[in-house]
Amino acid sequence: MDKTINVTLKIWRQKGPKVKGAFETYKLDNISTDSSFLEMLDILNEQLVSKGQEPVVFDHDCREGICGACSLYINGHPHGPDDSVTTCQLHMRRFKDGETITIEPWRSAGFPVIRDLMVDRQAFEKIMQSGGYVSVNTGGVPDANAIGISKIDADEAMDSASCIGCGACVAACKNGSAMLFVSAKVSQLALLPQGRIEAARRAKAMVARMDELGFGNCTNTGACEAECPKNVSITNIARLNREFISAKLKD
Amino acid sequence: MWIFNSSIGRKLIMSLSGLFLISFLIVHLSANLALLAGTGGAATPAEIPYNVVCHFMDTNPFIMVMVPVLALGFLVHIVYAFILTAQNRKARGNDRYASSSKTNISWASKNMFILGIIVLGFLCLHLIHFWAKMQLQHFIGGTPDANAYQLAVDLFTNPVYVVIYIVWIWALWFHLTHGFWSAFQSMGLNNYNWMPRWKALGSVLATLIAIGFTIIPLFFMFGLNQ
Repeated sequence: MDKTINVTLKIWRQKGPKVKGAFETYKLDNISTDSSFLEMLDILNEQLVSKGQEPVVFDHDCREGICGACSLYINGHPHGPDDSVTTCQLHMRRFKDGETITIEPWRSAGFPVIRDLMVDRQAFEKIMQSGGYVSVNTGGVPDANAIGISKIDADEAMDSASCIGCGACVAACKNGSAMLFVSAKVSQLALLPQGRIEAARRAKAMVARMDELGFGNCTNTGACEAECPKNVSITNIARLNREFISAKLKD
Repeated sequence: MWIFNSSIGRKLIMSLSGLFLISFLIVHLSANLALLAGTGGAATPAEIPYNVVCHFMDTNPFIMVMVPVLALGFLVHIVYAFILTAQNRKARGNDRYASSSKTNISWASKNMFILGIIVLGFLCLHLIHFWAKMQLQHFIGGTPDANAYQLAVDLFTNPVYVVIYIVWIWALWFHLTHGFWSAFQSMGLNNYNWMPRWKALGSVLATLIAIGFTIIPLFFMFGLNQ
């Protein structure tokens, strides 16, 4: 027999972007500790629907921690109290019987609430569009071994590339800064020879877009790194600063 | 100009001005250490070691040129602290989290602005007590206090002032433990290898500065100068 717990949920409900929201409290009984956090919300929504009420809106997609769709600020942590996992990988065994769980949307001027717990994260796409790519000419596929890349750089680029763009960094930051995201996206290319060609233009364009979209100034608190489900390091931020400053000094 | 209208540029201003102010702290502490020599068996106030140092500081052309530069450094650092804090509050949005953040980060890094305000408040008091009677007089054509050493003795034998002074210095310690490595991070001079080095160097530097400034008032309060 599964162990089950009873929980009280304090969930942010907001009908639309311009409507004033408020917390609603729900009691949920007999939740298996083996169920995931999102399954627990599914159970809540089924109960709400059967009572003829509006279900709670939240983002989710792959439910295996790789797509970056899920969000939720749970009891003072983006993606909940577990380390190095997304909300979809969080399980109810992390909570105690009778616990009150507060669930809020990401809070940042750059991520306005669409409805309930769902926020608009298009700002990240806009930053990517401004320069988070490599331009290549079409033609024959080049030999993968034609360009030598050191193991250290390849590993570090891969670590940067593990960013799934969920926005937990912005949600955790007291300054609403998107520097961890932008620096990971700049680093994953800046570390590789193919990405060096457009490196200066990329750093300038992506930082300009980030500032324009209303994200804050990084003060190196490290909250982003502590809450990142993919453990992206703030050394990426130092690299972005370096790339940006040297690009501007060359102009 | 990118340095003023990009987020990284503004952080660069903050880091460069901050490091400049740290260099000033080191010079200031070095000069203050002369206080620990006491009267040094001097026959006249002008021969007291600390007064000799003050006289040197007040007449040295390099120092005289650097005083307005230093004032500018303070002004830039303070003005940008207000600008950045206001912008960052705005970036956080109008709706705040109801549950307080449980993210495990250093206390100082979250409270740099508050710590800065505390340091600034005591700094104003300090300027009124010492600098206004000493170096400022050279700039406004007045007569500086001939016995700055006695000024220090008078204030540092007052336990209330000593407590205030020490609280001030340790608020500064918190500010520096985050500020020092953070400045190098903002300049882009950081990576996996240098992160622990900058942090360790920052902690050592902050601690040496704070201990140095703490010993001096205690030295006078406990009458060790006699």
